[in-house]
Amino acid sequence: MNKFIQQKGKAIIYLLIAAVLVTFLTGTIKAAVGFLLVFGVPLYFMSKMPEYATTGERFTRYMFLVISSSILVFLITPVIIIIPLSFNAEPYFTFTDGMLNLDPDAFSMRWYMDILHNGMAAPQAVEGWWKDMWENAQWIRAARNSFFIATISTVIATSLGTLAALGLSRPEMPYRALITSLLISPMIVPLVITATGMFFFYSDIGLAKTYWGVILAHVTLGVPFVIITVTATLSGFDMSLVRAAQNMGANGWTTFRRIIMPLILPGMISGALFAFITSLDEVVAVLFIADVDQRTIPRQMFSGIREQISPTILSVASILVLISIILLTVLELLRRRSERLRGMSPG
Amino acid sequence: MKKIINKTLISSAVIATLAFSSAQADDITVVSWGGAYTKSQVEAYHKPWMAQTGNTVVSEDYSGGLAEIKAQVEAGNVTWDVVDVELSDAIRGCDEGILEVIDPSILPAADDGTAAADDFLPGSIHECAVANIIWSTLIAFDTTKYSTAPTTMADFFDLDKFPGKRGMRKSPKAMLEMALMGDGVPANEVYDVMSTEAGIARAFAKLDTIKDSVVWWEAGAQPPQLLADGEVSMTIVWNGRIFNAIASEGQPFGLIWDGQIYDLDLFVIPKGSKNLDAALDFVTFATGTQPLADQASWIPYGPTRQSSIAKIGTFHSDASINMVDHMPTTAAAMKNALQNDFEFWADNQDQLNERFNAWLTK
Amino acid sequence: MSTAELTLTEDGIPLKEKLAKTTALQRRRALLLTLPLVIFLVVSFVFPIGQMLFSSVHNDKVSAVVPTFAEAIIQWDGEGLPSEQIFEIFVKDLAAAKKVREIGRTVGNMATRINYEMPGSRSLFTSTARKAKKIEAPYKENLIKVNKKWANPTIWLTMQRAARDITPAFYVAALDLKYDENGDIVRADELYQIYLNNFIKTLGVSALITLICVVLAYPVAYLLSVLPLRQANLLMIMVLLPFWTSLLVRTTAWIAILQTEGVINDMLVFMGFISDDGRIQMIYNQTGTIIAMVHILLPFMILPLYSVMKTIPPTYMRAALSMGAKPLYAYRKVYLPQTLPGLAAGTLLVFILAIGYYITPALVGGEDGLLISNLIAYHIQKSLNWSLGAALGTLLLAVVLILYWLYNKLIGIDKLRFG
Repeated sequence: MNKFIQQKGKAIIYLLIAAVLVTFLTGTIKAAVGFLLVFGVPLYFMSKMPEYATTGERFTRYMFLVISSSILVFLITPVIIIIPLSFNAEPYFTFTDGMLNLDPDAFSMRWYMDILHNGMAAPQAVEGWWKDMWENAQWIRAARNSFFIATISTVIATSLGTLAALGLSRPEMPYRALITSLLISPMIVPLVITATGMFFFYSDIGLAKTYWGVILAHVTLGVPFVIITVTATLSGFDMSLVRAAQNMGANGWTTFRRIIMPLILPGMISGALFAFITSLDEVVAVLFIADVDQRTIPRQMFSGIREQISPTILSVASILVLISIILLTVLELLRRRSERLRGMSPG
Repeated sequence: MKKIINKTLISSAVIATLAFSSAQADDITVVSWGGAYTKSQVEAYHKPWMAQTGNTVVSEDYSGGLAEIKAQVEAGNVTWDVVDVELSDAIRGCDEGILEVIDPSILPAADDGTAAADDFLPGSIHECAVANIIWSTLIAFDTTKYSTAPTTMADFFDLDKFPGKRGMRKSPKAMLEMALMGDGVPANEVYDVMSTEAGIARAFAKLDTIKDSVVWWEAGAQPPQLLADGEVSMTIVWNGRIFNAIASEGQPFGLIWDGQIYDLDLFVIPKGSKNLDAALDFVTFATGTQPLADQASWIPYGPTRQSSIAKIGTFHSDASINMVDHMPTTAAAMKNALQNDFEFWADNQDQLNERFNAWLTK
Repeated sequence: MSTAELTLTEDGIPLKEKLAKTTALQRRRALLLTLPLVIFLVVSFVFPIGQMLFSSVHNDKVSAVVPTFAEAIIQWDGEGLPSEQIFEIFVKDLAAAKKVREIGRTVGNMATRINYEMPGSRSLFTSTARKAKKIEAPYKENLIKVNKKWANPTIWLTMQRAARDITPAFYVAALDLKYDENGDIVRADELYQIYLNNFIKTLGVSALITLICVVLAYPVAYLLSVLPLRQANLLMIMVLLPFWTSLLVRTTAWIAILQTEGVINDMLVFMGFISDDGRIQMIYNQTGTIIAMVHILLPFMILPLYSVMKTIPPTYMRAALSMGAKPLYAYRKVYLPQTLPGLAAGTLLVFILAIGYYITPALVGGEDGLLISNLIAYHIQKSLNWSLGAALGTLLLAVVLILYWLYNKLIGIDKLRFG
């Protein structure tokens, strides 16, 4: 057992043999892939156990790794699995035999085309196809609404949020705890309550069923994320830099622009990204406040799932996963940059 | 992408120009229940009205209820101009002042000159609403599942004789009435029984007997789909939708008219509609003799004008189907039929919804 | 420094004073920076919620429709039937109200309001209103002739209660209570009890979800904290990607995976564990709600746990072990206590988010997976009993705010981090 685990190469060979056996026994590739994921990943991390570890310890650790990697698989699988499913040529939510045999005919782009065609006046027309698609396709309209609302609310939420975070991080800030809890509370208060309150109030002042109503709601919901990320960046901020700048004669604005801004920019951008994705993903407030004219992607998905769930939803979902991956990458790059910058600043 | 562009080459440019010549005239939004029903209205009402007036109709779907109308009216931003609602909602909405009053004198006389007031079936013109169809809630079953076909409401509740899952609407309305009829109460006594606490308890007790086999649906498009997918072998359904599944898709479904519950659907105009004149014009046009008769050739919902009944033709895609035979108002269908009592539901729906919801989660 | 000689600044002001002045200025400046957002949130968020709280106790649908009668009936002593004079005012008010078509001030609005407390009385009002103009003196006798239900004292008691604009009636309903025919508050019939049970269920389901999240998050967070940074960052993607993915996408994915014709059932059938007819119902019920919600909330547990575990030096455990402690004992005494802050943060956060959840239960909850938020939305969007929806919302908000206060007390909201 000890030797088996220490020799990685050998272990991998045994694992592959076992995987082939699993394939043979269950008659499916799926099981083997699952087997490799669940048992192979832990084995990879196992190889670093110290020499003196007992078999019992090794077993415990092995089980621990099996369990934790299964949980990670549980987390990631649903997000990943919809991508291949969205290329299904049939209107089913499962892998057809053709797909498992990698038969090219079993895959198709039809659900992606459906995203464009849905709602178009003349999907087969030549003249004006692009215009028709841009103006009438339901999902395209929803996407335009989503990005419009998300962009405006992000700009407002980020500017108001950053300003407030700057105040909150000053050591002299009075009532800090109280104000912080107020500013974070839109994240904590159940969305249904927020949306209900806004629906009544916005109806009274004529903002319900308008773009501004939805934008105000999304700014409110995005603000806590901006506050949290920007204050996090500021908590590691070296105040002596500000004093140094002021000593050298810089005024408030110059200090902000030349010293504070570049240092907190990564935090601001990740806060903005959070606010953006919050708006892009938000559906409860939209359900209560928005009209058909302000229908967003999640709203469209919501009614799609409610009424008749078609694989079109899966292809929209896959595109959204792709967007998440891009945003996540940007965020990671920002984090690294921020760390590098902090590494350079003293303290 | 290339494929599409190639395909589109053959299609005529006429469609494109039609689609993009955005109207200078009024745009009205007409909201209805979607699927085959909305399709029938688009063909029989919207298209001829658009051709006649040059206005545009934007068609939208909803799944019933007053909530959206109320929200729009109270928000002072009304975007729906004409809505197709159930009778109980038309009455309640009118009572609460969220609907425009429709003066019955604007309704046109029948083709043969009969005044509108005499031409419309009794009960189809209200203070704020004009009825366009009579529709029915009834039972449909998958004929491939049963060697002897079920024929009565009691059969729907008989899991021993007719095993299989049942589809029901997630609402006490009509379900309680059907449970009582399934328990042997004749149609004409149902609301008397239901007005007592014991009668309600009896209805719930009957529902209890099949509760574990029920698949609940909310939107009208779901039950034909449930039957077609084999998820249920019998379901409560709206007669027009199931007819369409049988007639145009050739599905092997049978109908049980015993214990059917019929009701009216009416056009209403939310108060504060920005296109009130066009909306009124649409309602008067759509409830005229010919459009009502035309609508019936797309879906077997009974027109509310006597003069239209005489003009009902055959199914739009199959001349061998005489639509009159499939209406909820035929003699055979009316043998043991119940008219939905809107007043009973206006009085009791809050309470019964609560009890129904509590019962569902038990 | 002695008090006799005060240190003066350049401009001759005592240093202390000058300092105090500068500090006050700085405090004002800091406050000023947060002001725009605070004002914004008060208008867009605090005020709307306050207004909703108010509407849970305020309903003027009777006094707005029959104002004179409302004033008169409040004076009534509640014995037997009201006087002839009150009957007269009622009939005249009703006749006048019949003509009104203003939103929120029609007889229908009043009828709906009374019907909440006395089911079955709605049509009594609407039908009587139609005849009110023709009713003449003696009003008591003639009104009862129109409909004998007017001879029932309960209807007058109910109207008297509803005539007051500030009413506890909707909290009575939200707590599964009701008024009996004498106007006393009693428990509602068990068959109509729905809200309290649902509250308890919501708390139970949220607790279960939180517990599952703890059990699942702990090993993962531990693994991430002990792995070398490069590998940990790699695995972190598996936590962060779902976290960043749309809620609806994840819910859709679970529908695709769990439904009877979905991936898991297909696999089970294929491997022969279940027959094709025996497919398991895993979605559109409470199970589906729990699985999907655990998946959605798990990152909220992993991230705080991870950030705490990362700061625990591995040498502590090694020291305990080397001094002869059994691994389990060492873990319990040394490691676990140090992770408690993260555990508390994650637990409270997940629990708070779970009890207010709406979308996922609405989409995959079926009949028995619905939570209190769904009932609130039902009353706002379907039944249109807005006051009852507001009352239920207030109760939920109270629970959440207590937990939020606890969170602030124990952990401090400013310690919250993502990633």
